[in-house]
Amino acid sequence: MTVNTAYLIRGATLPQGTRADLLVQDARITAVGTNLDTGSGLTVIDADGLIALPGLVDLHTHLREPGFEQSETVLTGSRAAAAGGFTSVFAMANTLPVSDTAGVVEQVQALGDAAGYATVRPIGAVTVGLAGERLSEIGAMAHSRAQVRVFSDDGKCVHDSLLMRRALEYVRTFDGVVAQHAQDPRLTENAQMNEGALSSELGLKGWPAVAEESIIARDVLLAEHVGSRLHVCHVSTAGSVEVIRWAKSRGITVTAEATPHHLLLTEDLIRSYDARYKVNPPLRRDEDVRALREGLADGTIDIIATDHAPHPKESKEAEWDAASFGMVGLESALSVAQTALIDTGLLTWNDIARVLSQTPADIGRLADHSHCFEVGAPANFTLVDPSTTSTFDLARLAGKSTNSPYLGRTLSGRVEYTFHHGYPTVGAAAVRPADEVATAAAAWKAGN
Amino acid sequence: MRHLLTTKHLSRDAAIQILDVAEDMADVANREVKKLPALRGKTVVNLFFEDSTRTRISFEAAAKRLSADVINFSAKGSSVSKGESLKDTAQTLAAMGADAVVIRHQSSGAPQVLAESGWIDAPIVNAGDGTHEHPTQALLDAFTMRRRLYNGQSRGRDLDGVGVVIVGDILHSRVARSNLWLLETLGAHVTFVAPATLVPLGAETWPVAISYDLDATLAAEKPDVVMMLRIQSERMNAAFFPNAREYSREWGLDDVRFAALPTDTIVMHPGPMNRGLEISAAAADSAQSTVLEQVTNGVSIRMAALYLLLSGDREALL
Amino acid sequence: MARVVLSQADMQRALTRIAHEILESNKGAADLVILGIPTRGVYLAQRIAAIIQRIEPEATATVPGSGSAMVGALDATMYRDDLSRGRTRTPSPTQIPSGGVDGKTVVLVDDVLYSGRTIRAALDALNDIGRPRVVRLAVLIDRGHRELPIRADFVGKNLPTSTDERINVRLAELDGVEEVSIENRAAEHPEADTARGPGTSTSAPSTSEATS
Repeated sequence: MTVNTAYLIRGATLPQGTRADLLVQDARITAVGTNLDTGSGLTVIDADGLIALPGLVDLHTHLREPGFEQSETVLTGSRAAAAGGFTSVFAMANTLPVSDTAGVVEQVQALGDAAGYATVRPIGAVTVGLAGERLSEIGAMAHSRAQVRVFSDDGKCVHDSLLMRRALEYVRTFDGVVAQHAQDPRLTENAQMNEGALSSELGLKGWPAVAEESIIARDVLLAEHVGSRLHVCHVSTAGSVEVIRWAKSRGITVTAEATPHHLLLTEDLIRSYDARYKVNPPLRRDEDVRALREGLADGTIDIIATDHAPHPKESKEAEWDAASFGMVGLESALSVAQTALIDTGLLTWNDIARVLSQTPADIGRLADHSHCFEVGAPANFTLVDPSTTSTFDLARLAGKSTNSPYLGRTLSGRVEYTFHHGYPTVGAAAVRPADEVATAAAAWKAGN
Repeated sequence: MRHLLTTKHLSRDAAIQILDVAEDMADVANREVKKLPALRGKTVVNLFFEDSTRTRISFEAAAKRLSADVINFSAKGSSVSKGESLKDTAQTLAAMGADAVVIRHQSSGAPQVLAESGWIDAPIVNAGDGTHEHPTQALLDAFTMRRRLYNGQSRGRDLDGVGVVIVGDILHSRVARSNLWLLETLGAHVTFVAPATLVPLGAETWPVAISYDLDATLAAEKPDVVMMLRIQSERMNAAFFPNAREYSREWGLDDVRFAALPTDTIVMHPGPMNRGLEISAAAADSAQSTVLEQVTNGVSIRMAALYLLLSGDREALL
Repeated sequence: MARVVLSQADMQRALTRIAHEILESNKGAADLVILGIPTRGVYLAQRIAAIIQRIEPEATATVPGSGSAMVGALDATMYRDDLSRGRTRTPSPTQIPSGGVDGKTVVLVDDVLYSGRTIRAALDALNDIGRPRVVRLAVLIDRGHRELPIRADFVGKNLPTSTDERINVRLAELDGVEEVSIENRAAEHPEADTARGPGTSTSAPSTSEATS
């Protein structure tokens, strides 16, 4: 690469609250301090009032490619990630073909590298075709160029106890982790929403909390028994938080994620039968939302992960039973986190950096990730304006699908800049054009 | 009234208005000319995604007695069963100039989605959606109770203090839900009787008493009305109760239980009945039974609903 | 300000005269059916029937203690030509005496005759109930401004009005007072264009709320 633009970020507020100038050169942070020199050829960004966060890492994203490109592609999904301040996303395996071979995961990774909006780390399927019957080629995926470390049948639960035990044991061989979608299939046949008085009133088949909690309870005991680490996807109930808290107190190596929507929205929204609120696991009660927030605050829940699940319009413009499960969440995640956790005084920005960057990177064994703004760290970070409050609208969405539950809702904060490998993917609150980002990514790759 | 989607949000006054208008509609049925010109030139579409000949012909008779044109759109064997979306169907009906849509759908909330989507700007009548609601059934049940209890002096009256026991598959019953909300609004007190497997989760937070014991409830409550619900045969294969014999023994209105009822207790059933399962032939065919009156009254209630939805300036209704 | 044009005594005299005229034209009370048009026409019909009963008790004594063999109510709501406009109208009960209307002399009774559209609707409603030998119309007030070729056979008082005015018929049964007054609607009730309050019968020109 011949010309690499250097950036001086002037007066950003670091997660701990200190102010600093950041010098970005050759994809790295090359200086941190106050009143850094503005040499020639520098692009200066006035970050006064903006909070600098390490590049956000989403351990749970559905990029839909290959197979469901009408909903999202690796390009559009990673663009949505950049818009939300993310610099790395872990792409779930429920594509078509399923990401259960080295070939598919390498393809997904290559598409991510070419697009350049974010580091795309494929997640491998635990079982062949997500069928829950035979282990997929976990070793091949781990040793592929994609270096898969997270394995999940997300969308489906690895419900067979013996298979789950074997998966937990086998992935340990490759320093991997099983990310379990905890849902007892028999208890949730044709389930449509959280089971309770409201589902009974609305006539929608219930998805009982126990269907999640019983699987988590079994899995933490299995993890303890075989000494493997376990990651629990999208924890949604107060009871699940209790089970995980108990498991951690026993020293079981379990980590857990909560989605932004489960931290903000409740089942009452379903009174409208508006399918934008249809998601799996379903929106729960207010006391569940509170328990999840408290779980994040006390460390029982380790991370926030979006479960970004794009769907085309026709999948949501339908009667409730016929509509698809899922919500897009990358672009709104940080604003929701601020609204639900910062504005309520439960978490600090330093905590946000932990739950949305450092810990998910650790769980996913993300290489070359630093959550500290220190000299030599890779220049993956985002600058957020926490002072704005605005109505979340279509202009904030950067992916292919618009199935966001937040459209029309007032949320705090806004991502102003995102830097990935030292080049901007978002500048002045606007996503940079695809060709510009791809060129910068190619240049970075050539120089690396 | 802009749509009739639930009884949950129907006010007491609005409910009584429908019941009173239905009284006038019922009078028409006794005339030589059983037809009124009120909806001449209006087109009512019966959009049935789920088979229900009884409900469909009741709505059809109601619309025709009001001189409306009726189009029956059955999803079976049509483009709908070949994957056409609710949205496309609705827009097609709108393009054809449907003035009102009566919808029966297996998916709870589909009528509300239709009403609020903007795909079609016509009054929507819920003719039964999933396990959610069946408001015209509840209205005709209340109408039937009112007529029986007040002997022709029912205009303007509610059901204050009336005791109603609803027996059977509450879990899957939109009729039970719609009846509960409406009866509660009209001042009646309702008891659900069912095996615990067929009581909806969270029903203890509803304005209803819940019992598992039919005999004890009938003895203690001395209800004015006993409403038996249909047991669908598919429930028997899904472990809700062991078998039909046990169900009938515990929760059926058999001859012995029927004979023990006071002679002025009203026996209701929304139909179609499983004779010998949830209700004995003697009970169903007795003078206390309102099964056929319910069918007759269904037409009057649906006439009232269609009239109230389709007359007046739509813009003035909000 | 509303101006009283008929007092209680004036109304009583008018109804008595109408009752006599009906008997005279029908040559007695035989086969007479008096049907009031809701709301106030029903009460006026009952009063006319009561007067007839007093005049000819033997001819009307089929049902002891009331004139119900002769008097009833005919609701024309479902036959109106303006159901799609304005607010939704709730129908009132129709009550036909047990003898029916076939071959009878039916006298329709309403409080105010105005555009004539309600009477048109009432004639259609009556047609669906049976085939009277003859149909007559009695009104307490005829205020003019007809929009259809309809006229009253028995009139309590002809009251030339401007379309800006409204006629309030108040009856003891509904309103606690007994009088007919006239008021300038435009000046006093600019908002009352479509309102037909439960306590007052109004005749408004620009809307189809005109009672007759």
